[in-house]
Amino acid sequence: MPDPLLEVEGLSKRFGGLLANQDVTFAIYPGEVVGLIGPNGAGKTTLFNCITGFYRPDGGRVQFEGVDITGWPPDKICRAGIARTFQVVRVFRGLTAFENVMVGALLRNPNPRRAAEVARDILDLTGLSAQADELVDGLPIALKKRVEMARSLATGPKLLLLDEVMAGLNPKERQAAVELVRRIRTELGVTVLMVEHVMEVVMPLSDRVIVLDFGVKIAEGRPQEVINNPEVIKAYLGERYAARFGRLGGV
Amino acid sequence: MVRGRLLPAAGLGVLLLGLIVFPLVVTLPYPQHVMILIFLYAMMGLAWNIIGGYAGQVSLGDATYFGIGAYTTVILLRDLGLSPWVGMLVGAVNAVIVSVILGYPCFRVRGHYFAIATIALNEIVATIFTNWEYVGGAVGIYVPILPESFINLQFHRSKAPYYYIALGMLIGVILLNVWVGRSRLGYYFRAIRADQDAARSLGIDITRYKMIAYAMTAALTSLGGSFYAMYVLYIDPTSVFAFSISLLVVLVAVLGGVGTVAGPIIGSVILISLSEGTRVLLGGTGRALDVAIYGLLVMAISVLQPYGIVAWVRSLRRPRKPREVKVAGPAA
Repeated sequence: MPDPLLEVEGLSKRFGGLLANQDVTFAIYPGEVVGLIGPNGAGKTTLFNCITGFYRPDGGRVQFEGVDITGWPPDKICRAGIARTFQVVRVFRGLTAFENVMVGALLRNPNPRRAAEVARDILDLTGLSAQADELVDGLPIALKKRVEMARSLATGPKLLLLDEVMAGLNPKERQAAVELVRRIRTELGVTVLMVEHVMEVVMPLSDRVIVLDFGVKIAEGRPQEVINNPEVIKAYLGERYAARFGRLGGV
Repeated sequence: MVRGRLLPAAGLGVLLLGLIVFPLVVTLPYPQHVMILIFLYAMMGLAWNIIGGYAGQVSLGDATYFGIGAYTTVILLRDLGLSPWVGMLVGAVNAVIVSVILGYPCFRVRGHYFAIATIALNEIVATIFTNWEYVGGAVGIYVPILPESFINLQFHRSKAPYYYIALGMLIGVILLNVWVGRSRLGYYFRAIRADQDAARSLGIDITRYKMIAYAMTAALTSLGGSFYAMYVLYIDPTSVFAFSISLLVVLVAVLGGVGTVAGPIIGSVILISLSEGTRVLLGGTGRALDVAIYGLLVMAISVLQPYGIVAWVRSLRRPRKPREVKVAGPAA
């Protein structure tokens, strides 16, 4: 087994009396696509915010490529190689799709001309070339989310954290997004950790799945194992889904 | 595409030629004076544009840097006999230092602290200078009269040399704005204006970049102050640290359109012509009328076209039409 890319050890985060994350431990290995699932309020986004420096964990630590990055500011963590998207889209309004991606591309390419080439390539890969010169304000939600993914990818990350990029998409858009995540892994070699509610997406896409419930990790493993874990079924999926998933023939 | 670029370029060429010829044709001092004021405020509006327009951090105390530039230049000339051009550079350095001292604590917190702090700083600095004997206190300083020359930045027979220097400085600041808009700085500034958290998630040290933007604004504004001191040949705290200067600089940019290069220039043309026009028409009785008209204009702009005249002209040129947005899959 190679060295883990990301190691989260005993991570806890408290908001007043609420324990949003409690002693969460897991590792992500290079080249993986890992799904992070759990019911609403399970602490998935909090975990993302702790990893990416938007929150300072109350306990535990985060290591990236063997370096302790706990408590680093978000910009430093991005420069180290972790990029993210936001659950509620935060595209740069008033800028075009191209300009949004440029902001990301300029991180590793200070020369605007070189950065523009990188941005064009990423727009191409993400299927946004046609909208490159449109203001993002007017784009539909599916494309806004894709602009966010493109923008984070343009920073040249080793690890990409996707926070519900499939939410609110119709089945066709979702299929395109699934395809895109596959390409991110295969063509760019970027490791992906994704929070996702849509089970039909997480299960076939993920190599491994981590399940959070009330801030605690309750299961981890291959999608097939997790899906049959009684704890998970009880917490989140519901027996009906498990039955349906089984009928579809699994992964 | 070629025609679309050629036409504005030709227009700019004609405009520039007209501006160069202007003092030769219109030799009366007053119109030249109005033009100089337009250049000066366009330049300071463009300076404000970097922190307030691109980076979206509202500064309401730019007169601080105007005054720092003016005082540094005049005092270095008076006490050390240094050329005002040297004074200009030293003034800009001083302005940058003060901007960092103010910016560092303010930019680390969110919200409107920065805007309020800039006003407070303006008042504090004005009060210090008013009570500081060495710099002339409330009486101010007369600039020592030197022989007319470019090095001395003094011209006694005609305003035309000041006109050309102001025009040159304005062109410099325009080019800097254009460069900033296209460089990494400009992208980062606009990202910070649009969404600070998203900007941080893309590796941007937002405190650092806000300070860079503010330092640029401070330095350029101080150049305006240095020029003003040498043009008027007299400075005192109420004329160079006036809150009305800070306000006019913001109005110029907001009226024309923040975050654009043309905006502050258009804003300056309109506001300076307006204030000078009402002054000429109404004499002493009209002193407050120009301000009343500003007020009405700002109200009209914020209600009708919050993004300024430039955005309004753009919306006229490109009528909104419903567009089909195709959702394409990733390129095969």
